[in-house]
Amino acid sequence: MAYPTQTAAMEDLDTFDVQRIREDFPILHQKVYGKPLVYLDNGATTQKPSVVIDTIADFYRQRNSNIHRGVHYLSDQATTAFEDARKTVRRFINAPHERQIIFTRGTTESINLVAFSFGERFVNAGDEILVSEMEHHSNIVPWQMLCERRGAKLRVIPFDDKGELVWEKFEELLNPRVKMVAITFVSNSLGTVNPIARIVEKAHAVGAAVLVDAAQAVQHKVVDVQALDCDFLAFSGHKVYASTGIGVLYGKEKWLERMPPYQGGGDMIKSVSFEKTVFNELPFKFEAGTVDYVAAISLGTAIDYLEGIGLERVEAYEDQLLRYATERITSLGDLRLFGQAREKAGSVSFLFDGIHHYDTGLMVDKMGVALRTGTHCTEPVMQHFGVTGTVRASFALYNTFEEIDILVEALARVKRMF
Amino acid sequence: MTIDQTQDQIIEEFAEFDEWMDKYEYLIELGKDVPLIEEKHKTREHLIEGCQSRVWLHAAMEGDRVRFSADSDAIITKGIVSLLVRVLDGRRPEEIKNADLYFIDRIGLKQNLSPTRSNGLLAMVKQMKLYGMAFEQIAKN
Repeated sequence: MAYPTQTAAMEDLDTFDVQRIREDFPILHQKVYGKPLVYLDNGATTQKPSVVIDTIADFYRQRNSNIHRGVHYLSDQATTAFEDARKTVRRFINAPHERQIIFTRGTTESINLVAFSFGERFVNAGDEILVSEMEHHSNIVPWQMLCERRGAKLRVIPFDDKGELVWEKFEELLNPRVKMVAITFVSNSLGTVNPIARIVEKAHAVGAAVLVDAAQAVQHKVVDVQALDCDFLAFSGHKVYASTGIGVLYGKEKWLERMPPYQGGGDMIKSVSFEKTVFNELPFKFEAGTVDYVAAISLGTAIDYLEGIGLERVEAYEDQLLRYATERITSLGDLRLFGQAREKAGSVSFLFDGIHHYDTGLMVDKMGVALRTGTHCTEPVMQHFGVTGTVRASFALYNTFEEIDILVEALARVKRMF
Repeated sequence: MTIDQTQDQIIEEFAEFDEWMDKYEYLIELGKDVPLIEEKHKTREHLIEGCQSRVWLHAAMEGDRVRFSADSDAIITKGIVSLLVRVLDGRRPEEIKNADLYFIDRIGLKQNLSPTRSNGLLAMVKQMKLYGMAFEQIAKN
């Protein structure tokens, strides 16, 4: 594959003012061990723009009150802000209605919710759940637990050595016993972008629902749940420039209406007596207890910020960063790249021959570069390649080509030390 | 040489390095030099699993002394492992049990032994101390 040169890439993107964007992120302007911080662990969590930090601080200073309960002024303000955030999320993923946006603690909780509630209602002994070999543990374990509970069978769609799903195997695995296909949009350890719309079409043809783990997708590309036609989609706020503690589950109403609640408690009920409890309507039926409403509001702000820059432009810029990083890291030689799919987003994973991933990470850290090393919570991916871990650089809209040069220099120094 | 004398010697060796990379270079050399553990002891039984790096630790009594051997798959971890072995190997069980391993902090590697780092080293130190306690009990009985 021919990669554009840095200059060409910069010319293409001369309207993308990354230096100005960086001004919005206070944490980036610091030195670690006396070196400028180069933060390339965005797949784990993204940094927050001032507008998000200010939203949280201002909310606690001026508007804090619990949502949905009070008759008073502040409660009304808080509830409005919270429901506005839900509207923003609906618009962000183009869901038909706000009822379909459920706030959770994160992607993991969203998936657990579906695995439990969908499973209770729709999965029985002898049924099958499909996941892929490249899933994050959070999109494997909840389904394993469901299968144990309901006597269903977990089956795995393999990927090839380039990190792409083996399409024929996927088609072979599809049959009317499959009730759910749980698949990642973008792999966190390989960077692979999976063809979700095609997967949904095939799965629906046998009557299976599809849950999309979009934790590594929504910050990198435009995600439209109606265009994808997926049944469920999950993502986390903290990976898309918002606070920790908030996540989203989108679901089609035909499922959500029929699924039993996940947890019982406050706000998810219409009426409670010791004889009978009547559950609340969507989305509140699935939001037991006090949701982290401040984090939810921060998610609304983060989405507004991201849309203000424009996700298409972010996607184009990050794609150039990824190609440039892949080309420069590969040019160092004596390494294995993990994930060479035709369509990739967000990260590059690699391992130098004879240099442990942990050693690589420890050393570049002291040169100011933050990477992630290890299994990335995808042990089956590591087993596929026969390694105990990899080194991953993952990108966000505020990363620069210069930062990639610093990363590559740091990696070259590590190589020289062995 | 006592445990503390060995620790002070290590602190002195590391005092020469102003830069992190020099420290790491030295740890890499330490890690490369020593074949720390016999292959037959590199078993699951002796494995301390960290999610970043793995450590193997073997202990046996030789007379009234505890002999440690250890290894790691990551070389910086292995360098630190070799320092821990240098300090605690060939000591009496109660010395190991009571040892205050201050050198780790003084040479700036404390974060490598913190519970937030899943590299097997903290568990290794605990395990070495447990061996000290266990061998002391066996000797008493």
